[in-house]
Amino acid sequence: MMQRRLIAFLILLVGTGIGWYVYSSGYSGSRPFKLGLDLSGGTQLVYRANLSAIGQTDVGDSMASLRDTIERRVNLFGVSEPIVQTQHAGTLAGRPEERLIVELPGVTDTQKAIDLIGQTPVLEFRLLKEDAILSDISTSTVNKYFESAAITGKDLKSAQIQFNQAIGGVPNEPVVLLTFNADGTRIFANLTKENVGRYFGMFLDGSPISIPSINESIPDGKAVISGNFTPEGAKELARNLNYGALPVPIELISTQTVAGTLGEEAVRDGVMAGVWGVIAVIFFMMFWYRLPGLLAAIALLVYIVAVLLLFKLIPVTLTAAGIAAFILSIGMAVDANILIFERTREELEAGKNTREAITDGFARAWPSIRDSNISSIITAVILFWFGTSLIKGFALVFGIGVLVSMLTAISVSRTFLMALGIEAKTGLVRFLFGSGTHA
Amino acid sequence: MFIIRHKNLFFCLTGALVLASLISILVFGLKLGLDFTGGTLIEVRYDGMRPASNAIVKSLEDAGFTGFSLRESGTNGYTLRMHALTDLQRGKLSATMSYETATAHIDQLTEVGPTIGKELRNKSFIALALVLLCILLFIAFAFRKVSEPVSSWTYGLIALITLIHDVIVPVGFFAILGSITGAQVDTLFVTAILTILGFSIHDTIVVFDRVRENLRVNQERNRREDFAETAGRSLGQTFVRSVNTSLTVLFTLAILYFVGPESTSDFALTLLVGITAGTYSSIFLATPLLVAVEKKRTK
Repeated sequence: MMQRRLIAFLILLVGTGIGWYVYSSGYSGSRPFKLGLDLSGGTQLVYRANLSAIGQTDVGDSMASLRDTIERRVNLFGVSEPIVQTQHAGTLAGRPEERLIVELPGVTDTQKAIDLIGQTPVLEFRLLKEDAILSDISTSTVNKYFESAAITGKDLKSAQIQFNQAIGGVPNEPVVLLTFNADGTRIFANLTKENVGRYFGMFLDGSPISIPSINESIPDGKAVISGNFTPEGAKELARNLNYGALPVPIELISTQTVAGTLGEEAVRDGVMAGVWGVIAVIFFMMFWYRLPGLLAAIALLVYIVAVLLLFKLIPVTLTAAGIAAFILSIGMAVDANILIFERTREELEAGKNTREAITDGFARAWPSIRDSNISSIITAVILFWFGTSLIKGFALVFGIGVLVSMLTAISVSRTFLMALGIEAKTGLVRFLFGSGTHA
Repeated sequence: MFIIRHKNLFFCLTGALVLASLISILVFGLKLGLDFTGGTLIEVRYDGMRPASNAIVKSLEDAGFTGFSLRESGTNGYTLRMHALTDLQRGKLSATMSYETATAHIDQLTEVGPTIGKELRNKSFIALALVLLCILLFIAFAFRKVSEPVSSWTYGLIALITLIHDVIVPVGFFAILGSITGAQVDTLFVTAILTILGFSIHDTIVVFDRVRENLRVNQERNRREDFAETAGRSLGQTFVRSVNTSLTVLFTLAILYFVGPESTSDFALTLLVGITAGTYSSIFLATPLLVAVEKKRTK
């Protein structure tokens, strides 16, 4: 008995401690809640990567390098905590797609966000087809006459501005010197060795800027783009290429921007709804289930602080849908208690003593609690799979809620009930353990 | 047990409810939201009074916007829907929506490409089918040891029927809501429906679980009892807890609807209707159906 009371006391103590921690570290403390874009305000951009020029085996590589490039770019502009991630969309959209998702908290001007990403140039290398003649080429026929070369923008290590000293070129013309990385150097050496005499086109954002012919194998991984640059133009190109030449072209397919004020309102209303929801549920439980109801209310509070702590530790990115899931879970968390208390009352009425009735009440209500929670978990898992980030937020919170509430509703309220150590079956006890219209 | 005795009455009531929902879906139809159709949705808000809508329409047309629809939202805002935006249009959106001294603040801008819409549409149907299938399998599994007098599959199938009821009713309700407030079926709505499925089954499981237990006790004590009697008794024993477990959820949902964020208010309302329907069906449809099936088999 003493031991149970000690455990009950410890639960209260730890619960209060966690509650204090969650409250004090609130939104701004050492571990603030992570808010999704719909609550914090910001912009999400979704791009489709055009991988038609990339071999099947290089897709993963290219997407990773695309992500890194965009990430560098975004960081450069001082957006705090941006998220850049790639996503493989299955065949449900018709054909598989590789996507890039960019989340920019705090950026609420969509066009500015798009420009920020869009300024990153796409550098491509293509070879002139063997049967084509250079002089036939105009801007509209470029795609017809060129085939993609094995080397891409992701093989680039750095770009720098130089002034042309080469014989045959325009003296002192500004040019951009490209240096390839180790992989790129090897590929470029092979490429130039095997294609001596062919024309090698360098394309920036789809238009040719320089089409030199390959005179000899280039083993040192350096190439020069000369395209009638002004010194400023060459400098800008070199800088943009350094910040990141995209390995593959991307196309914007969806955007979402939410103003910070709207998010603040949603957070405020959500917290309000949560507080009132808890009060309503606690009031109902104490009104209908009396003493056990009070203990269920304490278990509910333990549930709430435990889940909030998990939100911080995992951390779970909270969205408006996630808050809705949490509020929904507050109503569902006491369901196990309701099943247990109803059962306990039945056992009491069947003539068992209080202690037995409680033990049997818990044991016999368990199969129903287990089975019904499993169905909710099934839903949560499928929702998580189905989800856009919005729905994933809901599913994650819902799933955590179901699991944690099963634990708290059963173990915490059981510990408290047992700690009370009521053995007698006086009229008062009957009343305290009664419910609703029952004595 | 009253409900079992008058089960035909409740079957009629349930049938009428489902029929009314289906008619509402046919008459009003469901408006697919942006996530499914693709397109652009813009919410703007003004500091003071919003300008007259014809001024904004003219300003938009002058700026080269075509095929848009402008709708008042809240007390001082507008909702603008249209097809894809060009970079140029997006850049001067706020300026275009402003009029004289009323500066437009863009609260929300959402653009969805057509492939994403198609993907989400397909995913929604698959998710719905998957949830139904998994729950059917799970119930059949959970009740696998019960075979007399009705098989475990019957429990699963009846659970499935009540679930279909629980989906049709809120969808029918949403069709009406859509025609009044312009509410649209989006991914959040699909989430609400799937959540209803997961939760509504709780009460049905509780009743079935009690039927299962009472059948076992009868067998152990060699007591002969009519199945209708056993089922009715089980329903009576679990009636209060079915209602109470739903009540606590309905409380929080009602508060979420009235107090909570605007973005989840349609969601909360759909859940309110769906969970009410779910509680109704687990009490007035599931067990009566179980009894009806058993009667058919013994005849």
